[in-house]
Amino acid sequence: MERLVALPFGKSVEIAYQSIRVRFFRSLITTLSLVLAVAFLCYVQAGNRIAEAILQTGTDAGFRTLLQAGYDVQPGDAAIGESAKQRWLVILSLLVCVVGIVNAQLMAVTERFREIGTMKCLGALDSFILRLFLLEALMQGFIGAAAGALLGAVFAVASSAVQFGALVFTALPLGGITMIILTATSTGCLLSLLGVVFPAVKAARMAPVEAMRVEE
Amino acid sequence: MPPDRSTNVQHAIIRTTNVVKTFELGSHTLEVLKGISLTIAAGRYVSIMGPSGSGKSTLFNMIGGLDKPTSGKVFIDEVDIAQLDAYELAWLRCRKIGYIFQTFNLIPVMTALENVTLPMIFAGTGNDEAIERGMILLKTVGLADRFNHKPSELSGGQQQRVAVARALANGPAIILADEPTGNLDLTTGEEIINLLKQMSEERKVTIISATHDFKMLNVSDEVIWIRDGLIDKIEQRDELRISVGTIE
Repeated sequence: MERLVALPFGKSVEIAYQSIRVRFFRSLITTLSLVLAVAFLCYVQAGNRIAEAILQTGTDAGFRTLLQAGYDVQPGDAAIGESAKQRWLVILSLLVCVVGIVNAQLMAVTERFREIGTMKCLGALDSFILRLFLLEALMQGFIGAAAGALLGAVFAVASSAVQFGALVFTALPLGGITMIILTATSTGCLLSLLGVVFPAVKAARMAPVEAMRVEE
Repeated sequence: MPPDRSTNVQHAIIRTTNVVKTFELGSHTLEVLKGISLTIAAGRYVSIMGPSGSGKSTLFNMIGGLDKPTSGKVFIDEVDIAQLDAYELAWLRCRKIGYIFQTFNLIPVMTALENVTLPMIFAGTGNDEAIERGMILLKTVGLADRFNHKPSELSGGQQQRVAVARALANGPAIILADEPTGNLDLTTGEEIINLLKQMSEERKVTIISATHDFKMLNVSDEVIWIRDGLIDKIEQRDELRISVGTIE
């Protein structure tokens, strides 16, 4: 056990954080597709939740505005689910987002071949590199997804306000929207991790001798 | 300094026996190293010279534990590197060997001090002790006042100095320098060579460098010439003086 290299967890978080901060613009682009996809997810869900809250007020005015806005509601309904079309759009956008993350992260790994090779020459194990990439993705994912979820929720409230008028603010389901934001954020983190797995494994398996490569 | 050849009692830090390395290039195999046996004694400053394509880099990577031979054996400090698993190899790279690269290879997102302390962290050194030892090393290479600078804020020569300090971080037995002056101008290159020489004398660390740079010959205890995958000749310091002397 004496002959074991180590990288304390706190230190890996520090390195990952530094990596993101220094490459802020690069990280921003990687995260942007995630922000948009999560914002869309959150927008759709929060919008439906608000419409549902208006339905549950049980007033005639509420029911009429929903019908006018194009919601397919019957008298006596208590819930509004997302339509099949909405669900497919959301799934598709999340899928595109993951592919985008894989693409961006693969490029990041290729760009950082020297850094990764050098770390390995200094004694880093495959698992260190893997951990660094996963941590970076998790941080990026969390920040991007949280921003996206908030953005989506704000847009949902704003567009509902335009659609239904002042009725929205009396019926606003704050707890429900918070839950939706939290779920969307964790979904985003998960997608970010999912997107980085293959690139990170590729980085971790890189041979230390790559550090010696001279060409850019 | 008298050559150590006669006093063969010295510890062999690197020993290779009949090392062959082949690469598969599509359908045919390319034999890059055709049987190299050499011994490098501890504490010496050894240069590996040879034209590109001679197998110099391949041999160098083998000595550094970065690549395994197709046949034959490489012993680093009397340990056969083919027998080591990934963890032991990482430990070897971390503690026994310091690497210096042609392209400096500092981690771009870290400051000079963080670059120097990274191998110490890998070796399990506590943060405070690592910072203390890192500052001492930076002082040794003359960059104590720039500890908080990122590599992009340092000149090539300064970056290579930080790299020397990083290579020394865990008190390695061997420093492997791959064309350490390849990306530096004449004066800066000379400074780095002198720094390496000084480190080899003060710390008794074995320095092995692959190079094209004839300035390197002046400070080498031993020069190994590689040609076509074989050892062409091995010259000791006293023989060198004469041959280099005639050139200059």
